[in-house]
Amino acid sequence: MFEEGSIFNALLVERLNYFIYVVLLLIGLWAMIAKNNLIKKLIGMSIFQTAIILFYVSIGVKEGATIPIYLPEHDPHGTPVLADSNSSETILAMPQALDASLVPNYTNPLPHVLMLTAIVVGVATLGLALSICLRIYRAYGTVEEDELLIKLEEEDSRNSGLPRKRRPRRRNSRPSNQNKQGSSLESNISEKPKRRKSSNSQIPKNPPATSRTKPSSKDTQSGSKKPVRRKRTNQPKEGNS
Amino acid sequence: MSDSIVWIVLFPLIGAVACALLGSFSKRICYPVSVLSMVLSVWASIQTLMQAIDSSDHQISYILGGWSLDFFPRGVGIEFRADLLGALITLVVTGVGLIVSMYSKVPVQRQTPGKEPMYYALFLLQIVGLAGITLTGDAFNLYVLIEVAALTGYGLIALGSNRAAAATFTYVILGTIGASLYLLGVGYLYLKTGTLNMVGIHEAIQANELHSSPTMQVAFILVLLGILIKMAFFPFHAWLPKSYCHAPTTTSCLLAPLVTKVMIYVMIRMVLSVFGVEFSFESTWWGEILPWLVVVAIVCAAIMALAQREIKSMLAYLIVAEVGYMVGGVWIYNYFGLIGAIFHVISDACMTLCLFLGAGIILEKCRTTHFDGLRGLFAKMPLTMIGFFIGGFSIIGLPPTCGFFSKWYLITGGMVSERWEYMVTLMFSTMVMVVLFFRLIERIHLAVDESGKNLGKGHGDLGLSKEQTRFDEAPLSMLIPLLLAASIVIIVGIYNQEVVDQIEIFLRDYKLPTGVHYQ
Repeated sequence: MFEEGSIFNALLVERLNYFIYVVLLLIGLWAMIAKNNLIKKLIGMSIFQTAIILFYVSIGVKEGATIPIYLPEHDPHGTPVLADSNSSETILAMPQALDASLVPNYTNPLPHVLMLTAIVVGVATLGLALSICLRIYRAYGTVEEDELLIKLEEEDSRNSGLPRKRRPRRRNSRPSNQNKQGSSLESNISEKPKRRKSSNSQIPKNPPATSRTKPSSKDTQSGSKKPVRRKRTNQPKEGNS
Repeated sequence: MSDSIVWIVLFPLIGAVACALLGSFSKRICYPVSVLSMVLSVWASIQTLMQAIDSSDHQISYILGGWSLDFFPRGVGIEFRADLLGALITLVVTGVGLIVSMYSKVPVQRQTPGKEPMYYALFLLQIVGLAGITLTGDAFNLYVLIEVAALTGYGLIALGSNRAAAATFTYVILGTIGASLYLLGVGYLYLKTGTLNMVGIHEAIQANELHSSPTMQVAFILVLLGILIKMAFFPFHAWLPKSYCHAPTTTSCLLAPLVTKVMIYVMIRMVLSVFGVEFSFESTWWGEILPWLVVVAIVCAAIMALAQREIKSMLAYLIVAEVGYMVGGVWIYNYFGLIGAIFHVISDACMTLCLFLGAGIILEKCRTTHFDGLRGLFAKMPLTMIGFFIGGFSIIGLPPTCGFFSKWYLITGGMVSERWEYMVTLMFSTMVMVVLFFRLIERIHLAVDESGKNLGKGHGDLGLSKEQTRFDEAPLSMLIPLLLAASIVIIVGIYNQEVVDQIEIFLRDYKLPTGVHYQ
């Protein structure tokens, strides 16, 4: 089965590292695309990145080779050495080329060093993605993609039916950075009449709006109150300028 | 200053650290620090462009860490290299960064209250990543900088509403797939050529006759696929519209003009400088397929833009269509097409900036960017609307603006290489843009209501109350950047020959078909 020239030999013996990395890559890709749970998608992403790291590491390995060590006499700026054994004067010895016969005994360190960077990048991506997951869970109460999509569609259709205004500031119970999700039904452009009308039509709208952000409302509310007030005092000033 | 090429990246990097550290003492200091570091960065990139124009071989090279070429072969140490293309795009990146940082004062305070230091730190790191992508001469370093730009981009978008965070998740997944595929492609390149330096890779391909090597073809496909995902080319565009539409105003103003264009720059860099013209266009089959994909991309994106009822998501789909223009300009394989693609990268950055700045002001003043909230807006904010529509006219391609000239070169390229389907698609898409923007103009000037009925009686009577038409212009810190961007759109249009001259000098080194009639 594994004799010379057979497909199994070519795939599983000669190119085993490539075979494993491709399998891992596809598992990761499949998890990212097909899994419903956001955390499982991230696990898939991690496998995907690890497969590439494995590929790089495997191409840098050489059997029976040793660690490449940078000797001081290879310093491009020259190495200070004693001019002769009697005096303490030093001169700069310029580097010489590596002995060609020594080169095959070294592994290539570069792919491994590159992967240090790639691992750091992968950790940063994973951390950021997990924190986004946490935020999605706090805002929408789920990390299942199908449930999330239904909730997002509801939210989008709520916002796209009619233009909405930010609710009047004295009633503002939502974080002020959510400019899209004001809930007034009025579409006027001027400020004053709209504010009066919308404050009347506000009241029945409040419960769904607040329940949507229930999990995170406590933190964000207290954080956003101050800047909103500041904004109110700024507004007339900017209008006049 | 001979090291100005490094200072382009260092100024925003220092600024980002300063924002993060000083911001905990005083939040007010972040805005001036970011504007100052962007001014210095723009100054350094102008210096670099001037040096590149003046130097004999039209490029500057700087090897970080003192690994000089005298003692070490090329490829040891990371190289920063600015030829005319790189220097031009770097100037665009830092210039857009400067204008957006000037603009950011009011929207950042309102939309991300209390988080200004971190916001500005991410903002400046984004510039570091994007400017680094345009300057680096090392294929792996390019991957790292792509990820720097992407990670800060995720952060900048997710700082918005909860909806923005949900949209960011798709972006994270797709962005990581794209960057990882690029990394895998670089791995195959390294396997075959033994170097990561772009010039070194090109020389190795030329010297060892690697044009027909299957490893190189796999490497090229992986790199190209990764870049196409990152630039939101049509079938892979799913991450772009939602995340740009829900992002905070300043974020979408910064990311929309730059991220996709910089990735197109990476594609041009890979096709011309790394893999080489013969390899990319002649020894393979994808040069035949991609122009047809471009046709599908432009048509679909234009139709989806028509379906939007909200300015920001309409603009997001416009970006997807514009990406199609530029990819097409590269892959019709023609001298004029490439001039058009490169010039369109520059002009599209300017006009998209203009449009998103305008949309940001509308959002700030009206609290909505839905079409129905725009009635009679011209009477209220005439200057903003003039700036916004200069950007819109440039997207359509009206003559004094830069969009006309870049589209002219793209269509010329399509004609010379007899890609009629590409030309027809460009014309079709232009018609769609006309419909899009004149529909907006109708609403903004004439106060048309939902059913299309004009509310006013004409002769300046819009059928709106005095309150609704009272002059109420945006704050100066937002208005001045918008007018600056609008004037840049026109200035680049008027002085288009000067820009195109530099692009022609850059393209002269590559043997591209020019058609019969061109000398």
